[in-house]
Amino acid sequence: MDFTLLMNAVIAGLLLGVFYAAMTAGISISFGMLDVVNIAHPAFIILGSYIAYIVNSNYGVDPIVVSILALPAFYALGAAVYQIFYISFEKRGQDSLRGLAFFFGLLFVTEVFLVLTFGVDYRTVDASYIGLSLRLGGVELPLRLLVPCVVALVMFAALQLFLGRTFIGRAVMAVSQDALALRLMAVDPTRIKRIAFGISIATASLAGAFLIIIQPVIPSVGRDYIGRIFAICVLGGLGSLPGTLIAALLLGVIESITSTFYGPSWAPAVSFGILLLTLAVRPSGLFGR
Amino acid sequence: MSEPLLKIERLGKRFGGFVALDSVDLAVAPGERLGLIGPNGSGKSTLVNCICGTLRNETGEVSFDGAQIDRLTAHDRTRLGLARSFQLPRPFMSMTVAENLHVPLIYTVGARADHHLSAAELDTRCMELLALVALDGKARHNPRDLTQVEMRKLELARAVAAEPKLLIADEAMAGLSHSEVEDIVKLLIRLNERGITVIMIEHIMRAVMAFSQRLAVLVSGKKIADGKPDDVIKDKDVVGAYLGT
Amino acid sequence: MRTPFFILIEVAIAVALYLLLHFFGNDYLFFAGYTVLQFIVLATAWNILGGYCGYVNFGSAGFFAIGAYTSVFLFTLGQAPEDVFPASILPAMQVIFPLPVPIIIVVAGVMAGLVGLGTGYLTLRLRGVFFAIATLALAVVLQTLVVNWSFVGGSRGAYVIPPNTVPVFGPYIQYLFALMLLLSIVALTSARLIERSNLGVGFATIRDDELAAEACGVPTLKLKLIATVLSGALMGMAGAPFPFYIGYTEPGSVFDLGYAINSIAMPMIGGTTSWAGPLIGAILLGTLQQAATVTISSAANLLLVGILLIAFVIAAPSGIVGLWQKWFGKRAKR
Repeated sequence: MDFTLLMNAVIAGLLLGVFYAAMTAGISISFGMLDVVNIAHPAFIILGSYIAYIVNSNYGVDPIVVSILALPAFYALGAAVYQIFYISFEKRGQDSLRGLAFFFGLLFVTEVFLVLTFGVDYRTVDASYIGLSLRLGGVELPLRLLVPCVVALVMFAALQLFLGRTFIGRAVMAVSQDALALRLMAVDPTRIKRIAFGISIATASLAGAFLIIIQPVIPSVGRDYIGRIFAICVLGGLGSLPGTLIAALLLGVIESITSTFYGPSWAPAVSFGILLLTLAVRPSGLFGR
Repeated sequence: MSEPLLKIERLGKRFGGFVALDSVDLAVAPGERLGLIGPNGSGKSTLVNCICGTLRNETGEVSFDGAQIDRLTAHDRTRLGLARSFQLPRPFMSMTVAENLHVPLIYTVGARADHHLSAAELDTRCMELLALVALDGKARHNPRDLTQVEMRKLELARAVAAEPKLLIADEAMAGLSHSEVEDIVKLLIRLNERGITVIMIEHIMRAVMAFSQRLAVLVSGKKIADGKPDDVIKDKDVVGAYLGT
Repeated sequence: MRTPFFILIEVAIAVALYLLLHFFGNDYLFFAGYTVLQFIVLATAWNILGGYCGYVNFGSAGFFAIGAYTSVFLFTLGQAPEDVFPASILPAMQVIFPLPVPIIIVVAGVMAGLVGLGTGYLTLRLRGVFFAIATLALAVVLQTLVVNWSFVGGSRGAYVIPPNTVPVFGPYIQYLFALMLLLSIVALTSARLIERSNLGVGFATIRDDELAAEACGVPTLKLKLIATVLSGALMGMAGAPFPFYIGYTEPGSVFDLGYAINSIAMPMIGGTTSWAGPLIGAILLGTLQQAATVTISSAANLLLVGILLIAFVIAAPSGIVGLWQKWFGKRAKR
């Protein structure tokens, strides 16, 4: 076996893994902590990609900078979506069927809307670091993977700090476990959930920028990632950000190795295969509560 | 005690790091009226869930009617004759009150007898049960239209519809008025007189004392007392648990 | 209304419909009608697990594809059995193959049902939401497998050429249309039978409160598996004639997202508690989409479906059937 090939595959897998983790962070919060099955999350990510694309191709602004500027808008969008979801479903105590159908509809409508607006041509962005690579001792580190990776890790660290150190952050962790106790502390669980959901959609803005830096994007790309995202979420254990990261790295490496040695057309099956396996064998994931 | 109907030995259950039940032993004789009390969070509901199969116990054994039932699903345990009512009533909201009773009649009684109850039989048994709990007037109503106490009665009726040997009434009286509590206690005694062994889990001491032939106390997942009601309430550990010495 | 009588009415309507279109003579109507009938079957099938039991299946396209690719497989096999079978059984195989479409439909149903059983067994012991995610996964795994399987054409696709005309029916499309009518009758009758049976009561308890259902003696896992197998099998049967309908089968068209969204939207808009809901939803949305595809664009019509789904799920959760019951006051359940 070609060792350099393997090393490159593993490194690429790790870098991809961090990126996958960034994609999944939002779901870790909305599904893992709030128990809201937002399968429309990839659609928001793609939305982020297209917004980065528009501003980048018209004004030349770096896509990651665009996504950071767009954070408040995405947060507001997330809060609004949660409010609709809450009023229509959670408050009424509706079965989860309708909530799922709602998000599925959202996923779908977003994708089709993007198709109608942008067509099905692949879109890419321009940035100074795309196309360059770092060479470290025989291993190649493409900057288009490395830069999003580093920013993603910063985002992860920020989220973890927020959840662990701030009052609201800890309230978010608490709300899934004991909403009643929160109320007794004069904190409105709904408001906390809304904030958390807003944050989860805000991560989609950043993840979208990462995505379009790493690969060309068309509206249907979101659906390719649903499997990876949920596989990571379940494998890592719902509601655990560190678990998400580790599971994502694992998935990234396995996928990369499979791709390199067996061809890229098997890649989607890897993540879904892992998902099915995890659900069958250990549904609480590696680090789940 | 000659062969107990329900026997629990060294039952243990944890949730992550939290020990909900710690080596609990309990035996219930056929025809007995057992009361089970304990402060909030002492593990009473967890115990019920482990007995009935909603949760799997990690250590220890649960035996019913001479057979070990740990590996059985909840619905199999119900078919063996173990029924429970839920602390917060869980009626089937898309059905009428009468249809709610059809479910255990079809899926427990019908399954045991291995023949389908005819529509007429279903109806008769259903109305009998509703009459027992004085709900026959509301047979065609949706559970949404029932009052608190009526919902509790429906919950109990549904458990009884499964023709159980043992019925566990999980806090069936919480939040009810004085006379409503008496109502339910009378109902449970009536059911016991028909031959059903009853375990009453309650906070309302007056009801527990009026009902129980034997009283067990659960605190922090451990059974700390088990005996005649009058003796148990004077037990210093029990008093301590409730008054916090 | 007793079931045999209901079947009689269905058959009467079906025959009348067929004859009407036959004498109109316009093949386009048959092609369009076939799509609507296909949706009736898919929507009804989805509803058995989704509406009756409350378990969402996002992978309808996957089960549909199992049916379609069973067809492609059996057809390709039938074209050149000498390439596959050993000489000892070849004469027998040459008599059996090529298989007639109705037999293929049944085989497809069995295959899809088995996959449903397998998926269900792995995931139905978990919360409903995990089952939903697993069905998403299933569709993608199946697509990947198909794309990598050259015998059925892989990503290049496969040609399934049926004869131009058939005895009795004339143009081949009319034969397929009639088969779909039959399948629709089977699906609707099954759904209605289930609704009125003890099985239907069991399904409803699962949807309402699974924990309470178990406490009442309902074997929830077994029932969920039954629902999944029935649902999956019907979807597979709906997919089986598709390669014959479309001629050139490639993964993109079979695993089309439209199937997933429609099989959810049609029952939810029509109403999930009755066999009539998916029927109404399929007819309404199906014809709407045919009209929109022709006049606007196929992407726009999917947008419409998605928006309608969201709107109905928020504002009219009981669907059209529910609205009907509210306005005209059904007495049975107050």
